[in-house]
Amino acid sequence: MRNFTWGQAQTVMDAAAAASVTVADAMLSPPNTNGQAGASIVKAGGIDLLDLLKEKLLTADRITSLKELPGLDVITRTEDGGLRIGAAVTLANLARSPLVLRHYPALANATAHAASPQIRNVATLGGNLLQRPRCWYFRAAEYRCLRKGGGHCFAIHGENQYHAIFDNQLCAIVHPSTAATVLVALGAIVECADAMGAARRVRLEDFLVPPDEDVHRENSLRAQEILTAIELPALNPGTRMVHLKQGETDSFDWPLADVAIVFDLDAERRCKRAAVILGAAAPVPHRAKAAEAILLGRIIDEEAAKDAAHAALADATPLHKNGYKLPLFETLIRRAILRAAADLHA
Amino acid sequence: MAEANTAVSEQNVPFAGAGTAETVQLMVTVNGVDRIFDAEPRTTLAEALRGTLGLTGTKIACDRGSCCACTVLRDGLPVCSCMMLAIEANGHSITTIEGLAAPTALHPVQTAFIEHDALQCGFCTPGLVMSCAALLEHNANPDQEAILDAISGHFCRCGTYPHVMTATLAAAAKMRGDDNG
Ligand SMILES: Cc1cc2nc3c(=O)[nH]c(=O)nc-3n(C[C@H](O)[C@H](O)[C@H](O)COP(=O)(O)OP(=O)(O)OC[C@H]3O[C@@H](n4cnc5c(N)ncnc54)[C@H](O)[C@@H]3O)c2cc1C
Ligand code: SF4
Repeated sequence: MRNFTWGQAQTVMDAAAAASVTVADAMLSPPNTNGQAGASIVKAGGIDLLDLLKEKLLTADRITSLKELPGLDVITRTEDGGLRIGAAVTLANLARSPLVLRHYPALANATAHAASPQIRNVATLGGNLLQRPRCWYFRAAEYRCLRKGGGHCFAIHGENQYHAIFDNQLCAIVHPSTAATVLVALGAIVECADAMGAARRVRLEDFLVPPDEDVHRENSLRAQEILTAIELPALNPGTRMVHLKQGETDSFDWPLADVAIVFDLDAERRCKRAAVILGAAAPVPHRAKAAEAILLGRIIDEEAAKDAAHAALADATPLHKNGYKLPLFETLIRRAILRAAADLHA
Repeated sequence: MAEANTAVSEQNVPFAGAGTAETVQLMVTVNGVDRIFDAEPRTTLAEALRGTLGLTGTKIACDRGSCCACTVLRDGLPVCSCMMLAIEANGHSITTIEGLAAPTALHPVQTAFIEHDALQCGFCTPGLVMSCAALLEHNANPDQEAILDAISGHFCRCGTYPHVMTATLAAAAKMRGDDNG
């Protein structure tokens, strides 16, 4: 890791101004070239950032910590009954927050099972959403792939067992954030602030960028902008939600497949609103629209869950090493729907 | 926008400490003792502990937060010291394996690891002991699931996990004063 100077931002405006370039843009030029010279980057928990610096995928002249920013690490109720989660709240604090456990249990569950306790004590929700993908070609300095400004995706015809089964023609990453799967299902809003203090709010689902829109970044964060908070809308009293993940082992690691289900049922268990989001399936959390359409208006029973799970995978385009993900997802989706229907706040 | 840019590029975001152009001076409470030392901003806490402070009980293996051999407690919480900059320990309290035991006796988790043969080559052991001790600090009566979660980030290539489990259950029983474990 090359040396850098260190700063601690005291205000959101200072912090935004300290982000001279997005990490995604800085990584388009090979490290230690003039392209990355002078990069000034912000840091939250540093779990992803230190990894990029140690692997020499990124060099920075200056790093500014966001950990001293007042108010960025708190969780509060919003006026309309939703929740506002500061971008610097750690995954550990999110997972044990009584407000999150009570009202958004699927989010608590997803963050409680992401990474290891050591990582969760440090990693922040903002950093989790902005972490760069885990594709091993992307993570190896030797491969200057499409996403890093090169001309070729090495995964599509290479070692792609952990890659995408949807939207994988250009770049086959899966989005690395487990929290994002649930947050998209919940209709979360991200709030960003720039160096002039102006804030913008955008649905997380729109903030995340698929490859055909821009293959060089996973989100639309701009230079001189920081993420300040994630807001969750208020829920209807009967909203049910579940997050399920399947990993390669029971201990820590990114999931092979994960699913978030959020739906509203009426008194007859008829589905009035459904979100079915698949993680580790596509370059952004994947909305299974066909499954949502099947659930809508239906009474949720085994048959409905089975039909929805089947429909969710109908347009998948697996690569030659990740076909195993299809039955994995089909089972997870079916189980998650049934579990959500079985108990309120499963 | 332009105004903010200039303001920031010329502004030195405040940081307490002298040091030189390349280094900063840090004050970290390590195992209860205030230690003042210089470190480059890029120095990880694991490197500072082992190199600058000579506390080599903390091990570096993967150096990427993926094996937890380097686990220390920062203000009582287990963290990977390889994925934290030393500069971020400034003003905080760090406990390493060297600071876990009382001056005259081993920590009950250490004793239980010995009694239950919970180590083989021993390289991952300091990290595992720190995680198990931290768990018992917050949870006097953990079940197997709580222990599995606490050690879920640790890699032990000798495969001592089952003995780590029995040792931790035994240490918990001993610490509760319920000695049948
Ligand atoms: C062993 C291991 C297992 C893991 N398993 C999982 C898993 O199962 N699921 C999962 O989701 N993740 C997993 N992770 C990834 C981990 O959760 C993320 O790396 C972490 O959440 C990043 O958060 P951070 O605060 O450390 O971010 P940082 O590393 O500090 O930041 C990440 C990026 O975001 C930028 N940034 C951070 N905060 C802001 C902000 N507020 N505004 C603007 N820019 C910002 C930084 O510049 C940087 O580019 C795992 C990591 C490890 C090491
Ligand atoms: S999947 Fe994306 S990140 Fe991985 S090699 Fe292909 S272009 Fe690069």
